[in-house]
Amino acid sequence: MPCVGDWLNSPLSIVQGIFAQNVPNSDWEKKVTEYFKEKLKENNATNWVPSLNDVPVHYLKPNSLVKFRCMVQDMFDPEFYMGVYETVDPNTNARVLHFGKYRDVAECGPQQEIDFNSSQTVTSERQTFYCVPVPGESAWVKEISFLTEPAYVSASQARVSPSTSYTPSRHKRSYEEDEDMDLHPSKQKEQHLGKSCCCGGDIHGCVEPKRLETEASAGHHVISPNCSPPLDLNFPLPGEKGPACLVKVYENWESFKVNDVLEVFGVLTVDPVLSIVNSEERDSSALDAMECMDTAEEQRVHSPPASLVPRIHVILAQKLQHINPLLPACLNEEESKTFVSNFMSELSPVRAELLGFLTHALLGDSLAAEYLILHLISTVYARRDVLPLGKFTVNLSGCPRSSAFTEHLYRLIQQLVPASYHLRMSIESMNQSRFIPHKDYTANRLVSGLLQLASNTSLVIDETQLEQGQLDTAGVHNVTALGNLITWQKVDYDFNYHRMEFPCNINVLITSEGRSLLPSDCQVHLQPQIIPPNMEEYMSSLLTAVLPSVLNKFRIYLSLLRLLDYSISDEVTKAVEEDFVEMRKNNPESVTGDDLHKMLLVARFLSLSAGQTTLSRERWLRAKQLEALRKARLQQQQSVNGNEL
Amino acid sequence: MSSPASTPSRRRGKRGRGSNPPTPQDARSPPSQRRRTDESTSTGDLQPMPTSPPADVQSPGAADVLFSSPPQFRHSAIPLDFDISSPLTYGTPSSRVEGTPRSGVRGTPVRQRPDLGSARKARQVDLHSDGLAEDIVATDQSLGQRLVIWGTDVNVATCKEKFQRFLQRFIDPLDKEDEDIGLDLNEPRYMQRLQEINMVGEPFLNVNCDHLRSFDEDLYRQLICYPQEVIPTFDMAANEIFFDRYPDSILEHQIQVRPYNALKTRNMRNLNPEDIDQLITISGMVIRTSQLIPEMQEAFFRCQVCAFTTRVEIDRGRIAEPSVCKNCNTTHSMVLIHNRSMFSDKQMIKLQESPEDMPAGQTPHTVALYAHNDLVDKVQPGDRVNVTGIYRAVPIRMNPRVSSVNSVYKTHIDVIHYRKTDSKRLHCVDEETEQKRFTEERVEMLKELSKKADIYERLSLALAPSIYEHEDIKKGILLQLFGGSRKDFTHTGRGNFRAEINILLCGDPGTSKSQLLQYVYNLVPRGQYTSGKGSSAVGLTAYVMKDPETRQLVLQTGALVLSDNGICCIDEFDKMNENTRSVLHEVMEQQTLSIAKAGIICQLNARTSILAAANPIESQWNPKKTTIENIQLPHTLLSRFDLIFLMLDPRDEAYDRRLARHLVSLYYQTEEKAEEEYMDMAVLRDYIAYARSYVNPRLGEEASQALIEAYVDMRKIGSGRGMVSAYPRQLESLIRLAEAHAKVRFSEKVETVDVEEAKRLHREALKQSATDPKTGIVDISILTTGMSATARKRKEELAQALRKLIQSKGKTPSLKYQQLLDDLRAQSDTAVTKEMFEEALRALADEDFLTVTGKTVRLL
Repeated sequence: MPCVGDWLNSPLSIVQGIFAQNVPNSDWEKKVTEYFKEKLKENNATNWVPSLNDVPVHYLKPNSLVKFRCMVQDMFDPEFYMGVYETVDPNTNARVLHFGKYRDVAECGPQQEIDFNSSQTVTSERQTFYCVPVPGESAWVKEISFLTEPAYVSASQARVSPSTSYTPSRHKRSYEEDEDMDLHPSKQKEQHLGKSCCCGGDIHGCVEPKRLETEASAGHHVISPNCSPPLDLNFPLPGEKGPACLVKVYENWESFKVNDVLEVFGVLTVDPVLSIVNSEERDSSALDAMECMDTAEEQRVHSPPASLVPRIHVILAQKLQHINPLLPACLNEEESKTFVSNFMSELSPVRAELLGFLTHALLGDSLAAEYLILHLISTVYARRDVLPLGKFTVNLSGCPRSSAFTEHLYRLIQQLVPASYHLRMSIESMNQSRFIPHKDYTANRLVSGLLQLASNTSLVIDETQLEQGQLDTAGVHNVTALGNLITWQKVDYDFNYHRMEFPCNINVLITSEGRSLLPSDCQVHLQPQIIPPNMEEYMSSLLTAVLPSVLNKFRIYLSLLRLLDYSISDEVTKAVEEDFVEMRKNNPESVTGDDLHKMLLVARFLSLSAGQTTLSRERWLRAKQLEALRKARLQQQQSVNGNEL
Repeated sequence: MSSPASTPSRRRGKRGRGSNPPTPQDARSPPSQRRRTDESTSTGDLQPMPTSPPADVQSPGAADVLFSSPPQFRHSAIPLDFDISSPLTYGTPSSRVEGTPRSGVRGTPVRQRPDLGSARKARQVDLHSDGLAEDIVATDQSLGQRLVIWGTDVNVATCKEKFQRFLQRFIDPLDKEDEDIGLDLNEPRYMQRLQEINMVGEPFLNVNCDHLRSFDEDLYRQLICYPQEVIPTFDMAANEIFFDRYPDSILEHQIQVRPYNALKTRNMRNLNPEDIDQLITISGMVIRTSQLIPEMQEAFFRCQVCAFTTRVEIDRGRIAEPSVCKNCNTTHSMVLIHNRSMFSDKQMIKLQESPEDMPAGQTPHTVALYAHNDLVDKVQPGDRVNVTGIYRAVPIRMNPRVSSVNSVYKTHIDVIHYRKTDSKRLHCVDEETEQKRFTEERVEMLKELSKKADIYERLSLALAPSIYEHEDIKKGILLQLFGGSRKDFTHTGRGNFRAEINILLCGDPGTSKSQLLQYVYNLVPRGQYTSGKGSSAVGLTAYVMKDPETRQLVLQTGALVLSDNGICCIDEFDKMNENTRSVLHEVMEQQTLSIAKAGIICQLNARTSILAAANPIESQWNPKKTTIENIQLPHTLLSRFDLIFLMLDPRDEAYDRRLARHLVSLYYQTEEKAEEEYMDMAVLRDYIAYARSYVNPRLGEEASQALIEAYVDMRKIGSGRGMVSAYPRQLESLIRLAEAHAKVRFSEKVETVDVEEAKRLHREALKQSATDPKTGIVDISILTTGMSATARKRKEELAQALRKLIQSKGKTPSLKYQQLLDDLRAQSDTAVTKEMFEEALRALADEDFLTVTGKTVRLL
């Protein structure tokens, strides 16, 4: 068992040590980050750090090192804090220097006072992010990342699992028995995962007041007498649960943006002092004019009870390219390169299997399945002025309406992609839900909306349930927002006095009966070969038929191919040019620049889906062929409709 | 008490007697009652400063004394610095106060400046301080008058004298500001301001820090670094000068100096801990204002036993309640009397950084402002303001029972000066609002760029590089972005001529019209993007809304008003309903919007260019039809577009090839590579902004001649067939285009090249949009009447034929409608539709030849 040193349980004492050693000069901060960077590099040490995603807050020890995988939902104003401060003992006049970094509260001993006017005081700046767990994160992501052992190692079978890989859970168990550190018992894992929240039914083990707190936090059903309306944790998607967190960032906060997915390592603080002080101050607010000028609403939002919204003081933070736990976090490292090349070598069987799987899922339509693969690996890879390149919105028309086909299709997709959301369009949902995030100036925060999603989230829009009816203003705005999202890959956040554009990268799949009312890059008309009598049975049997290891390969396949680079050689460019000119000659009416756009897109993803990073002639021809098939189907469909009329 | 605002209370306490000389009238303040004695004692044991002659001696030479004083100070200025740090030299702070000439001022009460003072009693987090930040060090060198403020290098006397010199001497004839109405720029600017104060009675002196910087760099630095100490000194200096000049003037309170336009910080995001307690100027948008908060300045206590009264100043936001009555020695007998305590107004304002300053992908920062006294309620949510003030950081007070302290400071800005950035927009019409600031290097770079011969081509290439070809359209849009020069003909009764260029793009679907619109919308600072399908007349113009909270009627502006001085992009113009479109008539020619709704009648400026995109009525362009027939827009509206471009799919092999190459390259080039090839969007934006605000070309002689020729030519084309085909509106368009082209070159004069290009573009656009499909001739009358010249000719011929037919029927007074039609059809060799027949009837009715009633036609 590797030594889980002090740096895990009481990182602040390490910081104190480094601080004490280097106190006159200011590079102690750099040394701290370096120290932790080193520690985390060792021997899969990141897996030893308990994750706030998996472990409920009340099981975690305050002031210990934790990690958190989250999306930046909002950014608060930067705050100035006492970076270094001095305390004085009024009796002995002894002066001691302290550091304020990674802390909420400037601590001092019982007999000490803080000297505000000390010349040693250093005021520093930090930024607070309001972070929520990645919206729409699939259950399997949570499940796999919870197994502390790096899953990609066994999945790829490229390396022998380290012998220590299972010790962490034993380690936790022992702590649980001790009940002093309250890590997570594995028995509760499943249950907790199933509900994806921290509100387990039987947390008898823990202390009574703690339990009250968590129940109030998670379910909102127990409303404790002191907090009247439950605090809205501001998750983008309805029904989401999990810990929201105030993440305090000390370095490079300019590099992070709203909706970025981060993995942070930092010191967890749940100091009840924070919330208590706030509530008391509110009661006696007349005492201080300064404080009472922030509205109570703003207070509530910006300093929520620490038990509900813990604070993390970030020591290390990194942006995540993807959240798929089956893949190494960073693809540029040496070891992950071998992982990639190993996987690429067995790519084509995986693709074939995936195609087969999706063909079954799409009721035997292999063309639609082909397009679905292309859609799932599409990503906005660049923007030329306003034009996003690489988005590939597919409109799957001709979906059978009655048999809950779309519902089941979504469930399958959910099994494949790391994050997704199923948007069932209906008149009520369009009129009533909040799609666009907007700024609430009384509380001074960005109130989230459905469309505040992290990059590469799959948004499956189900139009089959939409009935005729009247859209009101909100509904029209919502539909427009969806349209903008699809065409420009951006969402205009509403700041009341102005709107602000936030570029996004969301894969939109629209399922509809006829052509969708939303714009799309490519419409594929579904031609079911089989209509199973019991859709539910059919689909679930489909899923159970796939081995878990194969399913994992599908997941790796989709996440990995999205991240590959791509280019077109001059030679092929020439050929494409020729081809285009030729096509235009024969049929100038039906072949436009748009069609070329589409074909190039299809060709790009087709090449990538086969693991090729350059376009070859064959792929180009295949892309043309696919497009032709798709178009023929559409035309056929149109003429059928025409006859019916 | 002008200067003492920073330090009065403590000094008073120390000295045990009121050293501040407020006016006798001010009965509320106890020191004032002691003023007389003060005066005598102070002049007795402390020599007044030489600079401050007693004001009851109304010497005309007072100013001379002032001028002569500097050398006196200077020789002793150096030794000062030795004593700053020495606690032995802590002088009598009041001596500084004695220096003010306030003793002689009658009728002007002194008001504290909470903007400077509200945090003054809080312990400073200033890095310089070591706990004695507020104390004033006086050195004894020259009779106790050598004052330096602790922790700073500010010498009060020197500072004051420098500032007085600045006020008296600063002249900048070149610098023109919008408030400068009625100022003689060759006279000392601030002396005129003081005169204004005397006349108007508003005791605020706004000082542009930029002026101060150009006058005295060092003083400027001091002001920025130690505003809390320096501004009171400025106050003192200004008041001295003022009351020297206008000793009889009675003001509401003493003059307060309000510096603005400090260059320290422009952007909220740049604020950092180093800015604490410094004077900063930031811009932003007000998002919330609080209620007015009365803040206690001085508490009034009365003993319940002996009715002895006492006053306690607020110290660091707290009142030290006297526990023992000084008079009768009863403990805990003092009671606070609220309505005899002094309060000042205070308001909290939330300022959010303006959208332009924000990096992409982040949420805007906000900062709290505290406005005091007169500045309360000066701004409303939604206003864009430049705020000058002192940046403060105050530790959050914790529960006194808990020893630990929240390590976070609360920050705010004490407002000293507001400057609304867009207030002018609502009031005055002919002011160019966007005075964007450019650094000198940037201007130099832009100018350098403008000298390039191919700048026009360069810029048009930089416009929407991802959209392939359509060069003329891009050029047209480029000219639209620059706009013409605004001309004022109000005195001749025609009002303003519009300078904005309107463009209509019309063409096949999938020719990246929307993309062009999106690009333009993203490029211009005040762009609006709407879709014809989704917008209503209300959404475009303005509507009146009742605020649910205040029950106040609020005028909400729509896209057209919001894009005043910008571009309003309207997609799917053809899908817009008739009603909505009619709103555009006024906007597109008069550039205003009239609203009469819910008791609000007003005319709003909507000086917006319109860039519209429309699809042909049959969704695919029908080459056999005219633009009019293809777009089906009323010609009244069409004629208001300066340029109408067709975006058709050219069926040409070479074009296809180039397009293919262009598209393919999009699909593998990385973003960085693509960026290099073209001009940066930011440069383009700056270039346009600069040209729009600084270049205002006028027509040159040659250019006028060329324009006249062009116009005559255009008319000739029509007159050849006996038709007037060009209208003054087209001439105006030409002028605008030529002006815009001159702007592209940064030229102040419109020259022949500009006219040539305008003509070419105009013709190019027309050639596409106004080609008569029957004759193939460019015919501008299609645009103006919606009907081609040949069609009109045919209509007239038909009318004549009808007239002949009726006349040939003899003297029948009335005819059957249907029969007449049949007769005409029989007679005519071309097919006559019912519509054509009715039109002919109408034409004859217009000539008073006949009338049509129901199904009968009567001759007159």
